[in-house]
Amino acid sequence: MTETLARLEGVSRTYQKGKERVEVLHQLDLTIPKGDFIAIMGPSGSGKTTLLNLLGGLDRPTAGSVRVGDAELSKMSNSQLSSWRSTNVGFIFQFYNLLPVLTAQKNVELPLLLTRFGGSERARRAKIALDIVGLGDRARHYPRELSGGQEQRVAIARAIVSDPPLLLCDEPTGDLDRETADEILKLLQILNREHDKTIVMVTHDAQAADYAQRTLHCDKGTLKQREVA
Amino acid sequence: MKYFGLVWKNVWRKKVRTSLTILSVLVAFLLFALLSAIGYAFRAGADVADAERLVVIEKISLINPLPIAYKNRIAATEGVAGVTHASWFGGYYQDPRNQFGQFPTDPYEYFALYPELDIPPEQLEAFAKNRTGAVIGREIADRFGIKVGDRIPLISTIWPNADGGNNWEFDIEGIFSTSDPRGSSAYMLMNYDYFEENRLYGKGTVGWYVLRIEPGADAVAVANAIDMQFANSPSETDTSTEAAFAQSFAKQFGNIQLIVTLILGAVFFTLLLVAGNTMSQSVRERISELAVLKTLGFSDGSVLGIVLTESITIMLIGGLLGLGLGWLLVQVAASAIGAFLPGIYLPGSSAMTALAIMIGAGIAAGIFPALKAMRLTIVDALARA
Repeated sequence: MTETLARLEGVSRTYQKGKERVEVLHQLDLTIPKGDFIAIMGPSGSGKTTLLNLLGGLDRPTAGSVRVGDAELSKMSNSQLSSWRSTNVGFIFQFYNLLPVLTAQKNVELPLLLTRFGGSERARRAKIALDIVGLGDRARHYPRELSGGQEQRVAIARAIVSDPPLLLCDEPTGDLDRETADEILKLLQILNREHDKTIVMVTHDAQAADYAQRTLHCDKGTLKQREVA
Repeated sequence: MKYFGLVWKNVWRKKVRTSLTILSVLVAFLLFALLSAIGYAFRAGADVADAERLVVIEKISLINPLPIAYKNRIAATEGVAGVTHASWFGGYYQDPRNQFGQFPTDPYEYFALYPELDIPPEQLEAFAKNRTGAVIGREIADRFGIKVGDRIPLISTIWPNADGGNNWEFDIEGIFSTSDPRGSSAYMLMNYDYFEENRLYGKGTVGWYVLRIEPGADAVAVANAIDMQFANSPSETDTSTEAAFAQSFAKQFGNIQLIVTLILGAVFFTLLLVAGNTMSQSVRERISELAVLKTLGFSDGSVLGIVLTESITIMLIGGLLGLGLGWLLVQVAASAIGAFLPGIYLPGSSAMTALAIMIGAGIAAGIFPALKAMRLTIVDALARA
C-alpha cells in the first residue's frame, strides 16, 4: 500500500472581494501518495494556485483539513507554518523569483540560513544542489547573467537544497521556450523518480502535464482526475 | 549574524541611492561631532571644575573688581582652606589676533589651588622670585614657539603701565600643563605684585577670588558666610561653586547647548525623512522578494529584523564615517583655535550618544517599512508580483 504524503479533506477556500464572497475551492478532497508527480490543469481562476498555496502552507482553508505528513496545516500558526515550510516543502515559481543581489550559490543557500548549518556546510550543500540541476559551474553568476532556463534550474536547486519531500511548482515552464521547458520538466521527472520527490505542478501546458504521473483538472473549485496514458 | 550577508547585499542594491543616503547621514553626524565639540568647549569649565573650589566675584558683574583687602577676610572665613585671586589682563602677543587668557595672580597660592596643573618646582620658584616672571601653558608655548627664558611682550587692551603705554614685558620662567585631558592650559599667569605696581589705575583690586573649602565643609554655608561678610558694602560679593561660575560665564555667549540641540534636532529630523524614504522605496521595490523569503520559511520576525538591520547598517556606515571625520576636524580645530576656544574636544560620552542616535535613527527610519514587510501576506504579495 502506497504511503500518503498529503491529504485534503472537504477543503473550501473563500475570498472576500469587496462585498462579494468568492468560493475558489469547494469541498475539495485530494490524496497525494509519496513519490507522486501530479499535474494540475484548468482555466485561470479555477483554483489551481490556491490549491498549491494550501498544500504549501502559504494559505489556510476556510473549511476542511490540509494534512501534509504529520502536520495539520490548517491548525498551525504563522510561525509554525514558516518553520514547517523551511524543511518540508520546496517552491518553484513561474518567474523563478531569485534574489537579484545574490549569486546562484547564495540564492540556493537561502533556505539553509534557517538551519543550524555553518557557512561551509551551507556552501557544500548548495554546491551539491547546483550540481544536481547541472549548474555547478554557474555558482558565482548572478541571476542577470543566466538564461531563463538556468534561472529556473537555480530556483529548483534552491527548492531541493534542504531536501524537502514535497515540491510545489507553479507554472514552472510558463516563461520558457519549448526546448528549455522540456529540459526543466525532465529535471523534475528525475527529481521525482531518482530523488523520491513528490511533485505537484500547476500548468496550463498539456505537454508539460504529460511529464507527470497523473493529471488533475481543476474547474470551479473542484478536481477531476485524468489518468495519463 | 548569518543574515548579515543578505542584509549587506540589500543595502547596496541601489548603490547611488544608498551612497547619497549615507552621505546625508555622514553630514548629519559630522555636524553632530563638530557641534558637540563646540558645546563641550563652552561647558568644559564646568566639567573640569573642582567641587571643593568656590569662586567669589563682584555681585553685580564679573567685570567689576573686588578689593584686595577681601583676601584675608575670605581666608579667615570658617571652612576656607586656601584662597587666591586672579584678574583679567586682556593682552595680546605681537598681533591683536594672538589673544589668549592672561591672569596676574600669586604664584604659590594659585598652583596650590589648582593641583591638576603640573609645573616643575624649580620653575614655579623662579616664577615667584622674578617680579617680571610669568609662566605659560603648554598649548600657548607650542602655538607661539615660546621657550623658558624668552622675554615676551604683551599689549594690554585694558591696563596701561607706569610708562603710560600698553606694552608689558614678561620673562617666561616656566611652562605648565594639565593632567586633566579635558582641561586647558591655553593661558598665562604673571606676578600680581608686578602688575599691581605698574598699572596706572585700579590699584588695590583683583578680578575675582578662588578658594578651596576644607574637606567636609558645606560649600553653600561657606559661600553664604563669605557673601554675608560683604553685604551692604560698596563691593558686595557673589560666591558660587566653580562649576556654577563656569556655566554662568559660558552663558554670556548665549545658551550654546540649546542652540546646538535645536540645530541637531532639525538635522536629524530631516535625516529621518531621507533615510525613511530610502527604506520605504527599498521595501516597496522588493515586495515579491520579501514574499519569497517568507515562502522559504523566514519568519515574520526575521523579515522585520532584516529590514531593520538594513536601516541601522546604513545609519552606522554614514554615522561612523561622519563621526570619524568630525573627530579628525576637531583635532585640527583644537590645534588651530584651541587658544581661543580651549577645551574643544570630542568626549567619549558624545561618541556613545552618537552611536545610540545612529541605532535609534536606524530603527525609527526603518520601523514602518519593516512592519510593512513583516505584515506582508505571501499569497497577496506573490500575486501582485
